[in-house]
Amino acid sequence: MSGAVEEALRARREAGGKSLVIYMTGALDDDFETTVLAVAAAGADVIEIGIPFSDPVMDGPVIQEANEKALKGGATPANILSRLERLDVGVPLAVMTYYNIAAHMGLERFAQSLAKAGVSGCILPDMPLEETADWAAAADAAGVETILLAAPTGDDERLTAVCERSRGFIYGVGLLGVTGVRSELASSATEIARRLKNLTDLPVLIGVGIGTPEQAVEAAAAGDGVVVGTAVVERMLSPEGPEGVAALVKDFREALNA
Amino acid sequence: MELNENEALKPPDASGRFGDFGGRFVPETLMPACLELEKAFNEAWADPSFRKQLDDLLADYAGRPSPLTDCPNLSELLGCRILLKREDLNHTGSHKINNVLGQALLAQRMGKTRLVAETGAGQHGVATATAAALLGMECCVYMGEVDVERQKLNVFRMRLLGAEVRTALSGSRTLKDAINEAMRDWVATVEDSHYCLGSVMGPHPYPWMVRTFHEVLGSEARSQCQERLGTTPDVVVACVGGGSNAIGIFSGFADSPADLVGVEPAGGAAVGRGVPGVVHGSRSFLMQDEFGQVLEAESISAGLDYPGVGPEHSFLAASGRARYESVTDTEVVEAFQLLSRLEGIIPALEPAHALAWVSRERASLAGKTVLINLSGRGDKDVDQILELLEKEGRA
Ligand SMILES: Cc1ncc(COP(=O)(O)O)c(C=O)c1O
Repeated sequence: MSGAVEEALRARREAGGKSLVIYMTGALDDDFETTVLAVAAAGADVIEIGIPFSDPVMDGPVIQEANEKALKGGATPANILSRLERLDVGVPLAVMTYYNIAAHMGLERFAQSLAKAGVSGCILPDMPLEETADWAAAADAAGVETILLAAPTGDDERLTAVCERSRGFIYGVGLLGVTGVRSELASSATEIARRLKNLTDLPVLIGVGIGTPEQAVEAAAAGDGVVVGTAVVERMLSPEGPEGVAALVKDFREALNA
Repeated sequence: MELNENEALKPPDASGRFGDFGGRFVPETLMPACLELEKAFNEAWADPSFRKQLDDLLADYAGRPSPLTDCPNLSELLGCRILLKREDLNHTGSHKINNVLGQALLAQRMGKTRLVAETGAGQHGVATATAAALLGMECCVYMGEVDVERQKLNVFRMRLLGAEVRTALSGSRTLKDAINEAMRDWVATVEDSHYCLGSVMGPHPYPWMVRTFHEVLGSEARSQCQERLGTTPDVVVACVGGGSNAIGIFSGFADSPADLVGVEPAGGAAVGRGVPGVVHGSRSFLMQDEFGQVLEAESISAGLDYPGVGPEHSFLAASGRARYESVTDTEVVEAFQLLSRLEGIIPALEPAHALAWVSRERASLAGKTVLINLSGRGDKDVDQILELLEKEGRA
């Protein structure tokens, strides 16, 4: 049985399009709700909400800064989820956070609170395949899609096992490194997309290191779409407000549609 | 005489767990490297030529075995017999070299050309830079901005040894953040770099591998005590940051009747003030807030200024085989001066924690034999203590 994230991404693929998943740090400022709605309206297929963690080892300086700012502003897992619960976003939501945030609340309680807030999927970037069982049991029971990362360092056997356990989509890590914008798209991005497409029927999305609409188009060509994070968060940290963020998302959407 | 095979400290299970603690909570990108490292370590450890290479370096380069020193003056003052395991006399000035030589040789055997490390007090960074210089490897050490300031001497030593020192500016700008930066580096460089982790923490196989490399100090201490005392000591005490020097000495006595005591700083007492949590690759006791955000530690000692602890210590605490106590910065500064004055040995601030606990507990320790792991020497701390005592008008 597939969830809302997978359905949305499959629908986009069946219509011949490329998917756009947008990451944004949760409760970064008072514009949080407005920004989520603007990102959905600008053409995101799925929105990933980051629940900030004090020690985000998979994140580069921009998302780290956003994490710190949100935490200083009083962001907590519970208040982010309750703010989401009150929103009618119109596209499926996923949460991205680190394992300790879920473990500290209790894996079952965390999974259930995602479901209650209307969040369909969850990504825990410090949870490799070997540590997935406990969380996945809790998430499956709550009807939450556990989206796993597939890295260029994995051999085909490993990538196959990761794809089998992933729900929603498979998140292909586009490069060796943490989140952040790079001047050029790494060749590993198209390579991991191609490898994953050969191994699974799940939607294959490439993220990490995709900073411009041109890079998004290039990465999406070999897969089913992209995840864009740092570029969006950078815009959120700028004075341009929700409209500025929406304009950027629209640029990505239009490039992928062209 | 082969005295012990460390029967009481078992290896972790296949998932890297000691009871409920440990595991491998790392980004998927790093998981193949953790599996490869585990396999390479197992093969190397079973290979007599690797063991000989390491033993030769430990003896001829690092100066092992380190002596066991009786402390007549301190013993008289405290009313118990104090013995020190002198890891301060190793090359580079601390126990850290045991682990680093093992990992550097292993990295070389795996075809890696670059070592990445984190450091708090700078002792692990200096040891890693030293091994890299010896083996002709590139070396990059991450150190929090606060520690770069308070351990200036070690920063210069690392640079002299040819290492690049990168300042970690995020979070508390101490050891925790240096580890974050080192892990981020490793995620990007895993193909040619080995992460030379400095304590019994991180994802499997690190806690177990680092312990294994430090067992040499525990088994030496066991035979030295046997020779000197004809028996094992009543109490074995060590400071605990991540817990590598402590697990090293505990490993020699875990199967003996000795009390095992780990001493944490009051401001970084993971076992004392933490609850189980997941950070830096494993599940262990961790100081965190009500939402699971990791708290910033606060300690005078850069090497112990860490909110977590290695998973095997959580297991030893939960099972009751070892206990964990804490001491304040003030008690540590007193102990630092006490050993200097009475025995002519200037300890590092880290093992001064172990001394401080013994000094405070002298009444309950009366008449006992107490073995303290003197994990490092205090040269690196002299500046910081001078400044502090001057400020208080006591220097
Ligand atoms: C001399 C000395 N002892 C102890 C430590 C703490 O580490 P661990 O708890 O792993 O022994 C350090 C760390 O920098 C150190 O330099």
